[in-house]
Amino acid sequence: MSVVPISYYLVLSAVLFGLGAVAVVFKRNIITIFMAIELMLNAVNLAFVAFARAHGQLDGLVYVFFVIVVAAAEATVGLAIVITIMHNRQTLNVERVNLLKF
Amino acid sequence: MPLLNHIWIILALPLAGAAINGLLGKTWPKSIVNTVAVGSVSLAFLSVAELVREFFTLTPDQIPFVGNYFTWMTAGPFTIDFALQVDQLTVVMLLVVSFVGMLIHIYSTGYMAYEDGYYRFFSYLNLFMFFMLTLVLGANLIVMFVGWEGVGLCSYLLIGFYFLKKSAADAGKKAFIVTRLGDLGFTVGILLAFWTFSSLNFHDMFAKVSAMPSETMQHSGVLTAICVLLFIGAIGKSAQLPLYVWLPDAMEGPTPVSALIHAATMVTAGVYMVARMNPLFSRSPLAMLIVAIVGAVTAFYSATIGLVQTDIKKVLAYSTVSQLGYMFLGCGVGVYAAGIFHLMTHAFFKGLLFLAAGSVIHAVGGEQDMRKMGGLRKQIPVTYWTMLIGTLAIAGVPGFSGFFSKDEILDAAGSGPHANLTLWILGLAGAGLTSFYMFRLFFLTFFGESRYDHHKVHPHESPKNMTVPLMILALLSLGGGWVAAPHLVGGTDHFEAFLHPVFAAYAPQTAGIEQGVSLAGSAGESGGIAPSPALELFHAITGPPVIVALAGFLMAWWFYIRKSEVPEKLATSLHGPYELLLNKYWVDELYAAVFVRPLLWISTNVLWHVVDEGIIDGIVNGVARVARESGGQVRELQSGNTRSYATWVVVGAVGFTVLLLALLGMAVH
Repeated sequence: MSVVPISYYLVLSAVLFGLGAVAVVFKRNIITIFMAIELMLNAVNLAFVAFARAHGQLDGLVYVFFVIVVAAAEATVGLAIVITIMHNRQTLNVERVNLLKF
Repeated sequence: MPLLNHIWIILALPLAGAAINGLLGKTWPKSIVNTVAVGSVSLAFLSVAELVREFFTLTPDQIPFVGNYFTWMTAGPFTIDFALQVDQLTVVMLLVVSFVGMLIHIYSTGYMAYEDGYYRFFSYLNLFMFFMLTLVLGANLIVMFVGWEGVGLCSYLLIGFYFLKKSAADAGKKAFIVTRLGDLGFTVGILLAFWTFSSLNFHDMFAKVSAMPSETMQHSGVLTAICVLLFIGAIGKSAQLPLYVWLPDAMEGPTPVSALIHAATMVTAGVYMVARMNPLFSRSPLAMLIVAIVGAVTAFYSATIGLVQTDIKKVLAYSTVSQLGYMFLGCGVGVYAAGIFHLMTHAFFKGLLFLAAGSVIHAVGGEQDMRKMGGLRKQIPVTYWTMLIGTLAIAGVPGFSGFFSKDEILDAAGSGPHANLTLWILGLAGAGLTSFYMFRLFFLTFFGESRYDHHKVHPHESPKNMTVPLMILALLSLGGGWVAAPHLVGGTDHFEAFLHPVFAAYAPQTAGIEQGVSLAGSAGESGGIAPSPALELFHAITGPPVIVALAGFLMAWWFYIRKSEVPEKLATSLHGPYELLLNKYWVDELYAAVFVRPLLWISTNVLWHVVDEGIIDGIVNGVARVARESGGQVRELQSGNTRSYATWVVVGAVGFTVLLLALLGMAVH
């Protein structure tokens, strides 16, 4: 059984991260942006796990747990905000949530 | 010697009074303000009396007695101590200042009784006493200068006491600015003195100067420069030509202020300073001549203006300028003691005259124009009698204090070692004019028919707290000169003998003549055969000063009692000279045209509109505009559009990553 080289993982991670970033910038629906952020976080997790495996150390795995916990907390708060926005503005389009400015 | 070791108490008392009344007095009833103000000055006077008593127990080598309290400032070799000193000259000044000051405080409680800002007035007056005593007690030029400027400040505050009146506020500013011109000279003089003597302590300076030779008229050096510069300060402070213009305007202040500051004490500070610096002046004949000329010319010049003024206080103001001229004439011809003597008697009789004039003004309901007075003799007898004594004293009638002091000055100007015929004639003519304008004032006020409005004005004598100071000052004007009386019959002039150590200690040793000057008083007249005392007395009381005084009196009597239509006729026939005098030689107008208006023009059109508005405001506003406009541009970034923020975050992250990689690449190679 051949070992998959680390560069494969990293490329996959970078592609996923890039897709997520592009989606954050270009999508208008708040829920979609949220999902894109989750995608970026998991791309990073993938890179951490790959490095941990390659170096045979546990540090990367510890980071991954932290990221997962923070992502869960973020999802809680974020979805609460989304519900409130929906309640007040009857829209999920970020273009229309723009009152806080100069 | 409890008080000699704590001289500062004399300063602390009026300062405390000023602070208490100034900070707390606003809501207090007048009786408490009175108690604090008069109490602090009275205690100061009692302290001075005790100080003088202790002073007489000192041995001659302990004089001047210096109290050094703390080092005030140090910069390299330059050290200034807060030090006070007491010598004979200080004693005379302290007594005059604190006693006359106390009387005028008491008088003010009556005069100012119905004025607003009562606490403020007394706070300023106490503060003035503090600074004046500092000026007199200072043991170095810097402490003296603090007092010098402080009395100027109080003068400004009190002239502008009725600051809602524009003329009063303007007069205050005028006094402050004009004396500032003189103070510029004074400051440069102090610097030059430090540069020359590397010390500003009177004691050190005088010790160094006594090792220096006298300068001559042809070869004047640094001593002359110092003296002339210091004298410029005195010209400003003591209202001599050409900086006298502020003093007549200063009459806008309340009358007690005119009496205390602008007659008895502050304006004499210049004379005190010249007398204090006598070791320097005595070594510079040119500076002495300048002092004498300025004094004599001022004495005559301002007396001529006094002839035609109609405001009772203005006459007294020009008279003060004129009498200060005599004091400088005395110092300038080398008889410092006579100058200080005249300073003292003048403090008595001019203080008296001003207070009496205040009482007259009080009686006729605030009117100051003598043409609207007249016939007040019966209504205000105390004022009448005391003012008569003051008038006789200033006119130089034998037996009154002004006679002794003025006679000594004119005597030295006419026959002393620095005698100068022109100056003597000027002084003599001034004395005649003095007698004329003072009796004119006296007759216009108290004699003739009453010219005030009988329906509105009901003259009444002033209350006790005003008349009692008048009587005390009248007593002093009458008797204050008798200490010098034995001089007239060839005996000792006690006043001069008392001050002798101050003026002899550092006198130039070059010529026997100059030694003789200072000794002349105690040793009697020099010259071959000593005439009999009776003959000397006869000469003194029939001398030229007395004759011109009598002539002045007779003229005034003829003009204003006997033939009261004469002055008007004379004013018409001598229209030109009359207008010239009435308008005070147009000096104010001249100064306005030559100095004030060009300065105002430059200030308005260059300094204000160009420098201030253009450059300074331009810089400040420019900085603000740059900040505002750049901020206006940058704030566009905060658009409220979440996706644009996200874009900036991504751009930033990418940018940093690229930068990091580039740096890593550089580090590897």
